[in-house]
Amino acid sequence: MAEFEPKIIAFLCNWCSYAGADLAGTSRIQYAPNVRVIRVMCSGRVAPVFILKALQLGADGVLVLGCHPGDCHYVEGNYKTLRRMALLRKTLSQLGIEDERVHLDWVSASEGVRFASIVNNMTEKIRALGPLRPNHGEEKHG
Amino acid sequence: MAKLKLVLYWAASCGGCDIATLAIGDKILKLAEVADILFWPIAMDFKYSDVEKMPDKSIDACLFNGAIRTSENEHIAHLLRAKSKIMIAYGSCSYEGGMPGLANFFNRRSIFDRAYIETQSTDNPKKVYPQPKVQVPEGELEIPEFYDTVKTLAQTVDVDYFVPGCPPEEKTTWLALEALITGKLPPKGTVISHSIKSVCDECPLIKEEKKIKTFYRTHQIIPDPKKCLLEQGLLCYGVATRGGCGALCPQAGMPCTGCYGPVEGVVDQGSHFLSALASIIDCDDPEEIQEIISNIVDPAGTFYRYSLPDSLLRRARIK
Repeated sequence: MAEFEPKIIAFLCNWCSYAGADLAGTSRIQYAPNVRVIRVMCSGRVAPVFILKALQLGADGVLVLGCHPGDCHYVEGNYKTLRRMALLRKTLSQLGIEDERVHLDWVSASEGVRFASIVNNMTEKIRALGPLRPNHGEEKHG
Repeated sequence: MAKLKLVLYWAASCGGCDIATLAIGDKILKLAEVADILFWPIAMDFKYSDVEKMPDKSIDACLFNGAIRTSENEHIAHLLRAKSKIMIAYGSCSYEGGMPGLANFFNRRSIFDRAYIETQSTDNPKKVYPQPKVQVPEGELEIPEFYDTVKTLAQTVDVDYFVPGCPPEEKTTWLALEALITGKLPPKGTVISHSIKSVCDECPLIKEEKKIKTFYRTHQIIPDPKKCLLEQGLLCYGVATRGGCGALCPQAGMPCTGCYGPVEGVVDQGSHFLSALASIIDCDDPEEIQEIISNIVDPAGTFYRYSLPDSLLRRARIK
């Protein structure tokens, strides 16, 4: 069997983190090709249902990146995300999904290097955890 | 006019839905005038073989309550689907998995271990588990197979309508029955309720600003009976739950538990309550946020109390 390559869906806010990812690209910084980026206007737009849907459709992890606290273009969107992600992680752990699979972090428009290192870190963590395979744990489909 | 042919069935359920059908009160007499009940295991002595003998599509409508938990539930769901023109998922279990769906936090093995080995009142030194087939001197005995994962009715057969509630309120039941009796049927797939909006929309409690510093469980505080329960820190599910019930629970001082399912157009009711709840936590400090949510003892069980099988992930991963 081929080596497991994690699939990671990354929701990036338009104002900071997407620009940070763009900077990583234009600066020719090498980072793991395992992320599939989806641009959203604000990390606050990332409803928990988006994350569940990504996991249901086969993502092994979901990364949400927003502006640093205090820097949100919409003043407090990233704080809402901070609260939601905390509660979502607690809920997911009851559903057998490890904390590392759903990660929230902050990347500003000037932090291309930071973006690359967050992506690399997360990819390695998920590689170590192995594939998610939702609904895994059944003995038999009923 | 020929009488309407109705059947009622219970799969993995508590029996409350069958009682809820009777709660329509004297309207039951009206129902008896216009409809014949051909099969109703809780109330009338019919056999499965009686249903098997009926021609396909000879039943006008089936009110099916209960989730799909065993091979028997599944078999009868297919049988009644074939015999009925209209299949109605009646009540939370049939519609979303309901309370029996909480079994999806576990699997068959862990449920059997708990029920047949670990419970304090069980004495089972030989560790005997139920077997689908067993040989006895008189021949082979067969019981239904217990599935690993609870499913909703719509995950098993094609469903025409859904009636929400644990159990459905009298007026909701009547709304569905009236549609059948008058033949004025809504589009296929409709969730039959008086409201497509949330419970909050019909709740008369006074709502001010939603900002929460501490969450409480119902036994920890005596809430002000006039004010929004969510604003007082109780996990009232009204914001993410379809109305139509008349917001009875919050008016009695008990937080809504979400039994009428998601509001129109929403998938994964639990994640929507999660999102609403987390958004109104009045704190920006990561450590303090952790402390506040530590008061929510069983978030997954609270958010997916009635809807785990119908949620996006359907069940817990078990390693």
